[in-house]
Amino acid sequence: MLVQVTFWDVTLSLLKGFWETLEIFGVTLLFALPLGLIIAFGSMSRFYPLKWLCRTVVWIIRGTPLMLQLIVFYYGPGLLFDWELLEVPTAVYLTFSINYACYFSEIYRGGIEAIPKGQYEAGEVLGMKKSQIFFRVVLLQVIKHIIPPMSNEIITLVKDTSLARIITYYEIIYFAESYIRTAGLIWPLFYTAVFYLAFCGLLTLLFGAIEKKLSYFKA
Amino acid sequence: MGYFEVKNVCKRFGDTQVLRGIDFSMEKGQVVSIIGSSGSGKTTLLRCINFLCDPDAGEFYLENQLLFDAAEKRSLSDAAIRSKRKNFGLVFQQFNLFPQYNVKENLCLAPKLLAKEEPDFKARKKELYAAIEAHAAELLEQVGLTDKADSYPCELSGGQQQRVAIARALMLSPKILCFDEPTSALDPELTGEVLKVLKELAQKKITMIIVTHEMAFAREISDKIVFMAEGVIAEEGDPQTLFDHPKSPRLQAFLAKTEV
Ligand SMILES: Nc1ncnc2c1ncn2[C@@H]1O[C@H](COP(=O)(O)OP(=O)(O)OP(=O)(O)O)[C@@H](O)[C@H]1O
Ligand SMILES: [Mg+2]
Repeated sequence: MLVQVTFWDVTLSLLKGFWETLEIFGVTLLFALPLGLIIAFGSMSRFYPLKWLCRTVVWIIRGTPLMLQLIVFYYGPGLLFDWELLEVPTAVYLTFSINYACYFSEIYRGGIEAIPKGQYEAGEVLGMKKSQIFFRVVLLQVIKHIIPPMSNEIITLVKDTSLARIITYYEIIYFAESYIRTAGLIWPLFYTAVFYLAFCGLLTLLFGAIEKKLSYFKA
Repeated sequence: MGYFEVKNVCKRFGDTQVLRGIDFSMEKGQVVSIIGSSGSGKTTLLRCINFLCDPDAGEFYLENQLLFDAAEKRSLSDAAIRSKRKNFGLVFQQFNLFPQYNVKENLCLAPKLLAKEEPDFKARKKELYAAIEAHAAELLEQVGLTDKADSYPCELSGGQQQRVAIARALMLSPKILCFDEPTSALDPELTGEVLKVLKELAQKKITMIIVTHEMAFAREISDKIVFMAEGVIAEEGDPQTLFDHPKSPRLQAFLAKTEV
């Protein structure tokens, strides 16, 4: 028995699903942005064990599919140690945060390393403290450098959220797919593209505006 | 003893001994030019004087007082180095202006941060900042860039950027201002405006150490020329004697090469 649904029903339900998608997006950014910075400093550290630990973790995370990581984080602890499974949202947030922190860390590192040594030295000979040099001289230049790659990565994150489905996190694609089973409808699945497009369009505008705001100087 | 004395400064990078015992002294208000072929250690010496690289051995004396002794550098805190370094200024070959700040902000940033360390900063903030801005305006006029106060570095020519960098270094009124090839990164037609500023500073009796490849300029402006070769001072003296009657074969060869 297939149920009858209206366009309005589908829209409402997809909005709910997209809210779940945005939760992954928001939580991931919240944790991955600062964690990435910590990993970036770790992988630039002069303390070799820390440096190699950070670089190895980044290599593993960036070298394997996010989908596989989700499965490992969700099922791994149970299979290996007989631990209880993580809650699905917890496993998703954890995996996404670590995964994106690794990508962000490489972007941060590139941005920090792109700042010429002369900028630090100019600050030093002018009697500035190390922290003043970082916050007053270097930081804005780093931000300017990393905005384009960060915007790419963040837009990728919007779409990567759909992978969470693999461990039964119910996000927009899952909501849309359920109409195939319950109502024999495929169009809700296509309809999800509108949500992604609208949101990514918004982000593109936002990053464009930031880039424009920082275009008054060349670094 | 001279106003500023460098004693037995040595520095090595890995296996290369870059400075092998540099000694020289200068008087207040003098201009000393350092010449020498590429790789002879001129930049390294300036960097040591400005605490950008720490010498393995050697001492600096300023105004008859021991300012730095490489033997006890480990015990120096960041704060101590910062306060010693205030005696010196350095103008880089590549200007190193802060790109996100306009000319006025480039000049005022460091002095304003330093003003915050004044004990009565809170009460006198307005007054301190006003004095800093007035000083900046004065220096910009001196280097002929009053009309560029609100421009960003990317909007300036190389020569203008270097003049801003000179004004920025002067903001902290260093006792000794060092220049590392201030015109080497400039197109030939832009070197004149920077050299003119340096000449004016010399007339104002600003104490300067200038590393340069501009021989005619060095001869004109300097009270003393120091010729470096392979990490030592091979010859030094007043410009006439040194350029017209070089004693060491190395200086003779160097001058023959540069005059062609
Ligand atoms: N940080 C460093 N690490 C290793 N070697 C260095 C470093 N800085 C300088 N050197 C070496 O020290 C030597 C002297 O360099 P320095 O830059 O002081 O020469 P210079 O006289 O300023 O030359 P130039 O006229 O080309 O500017 C060079 O052989 C250089 O390769
Ligand atoms: Mg040099």
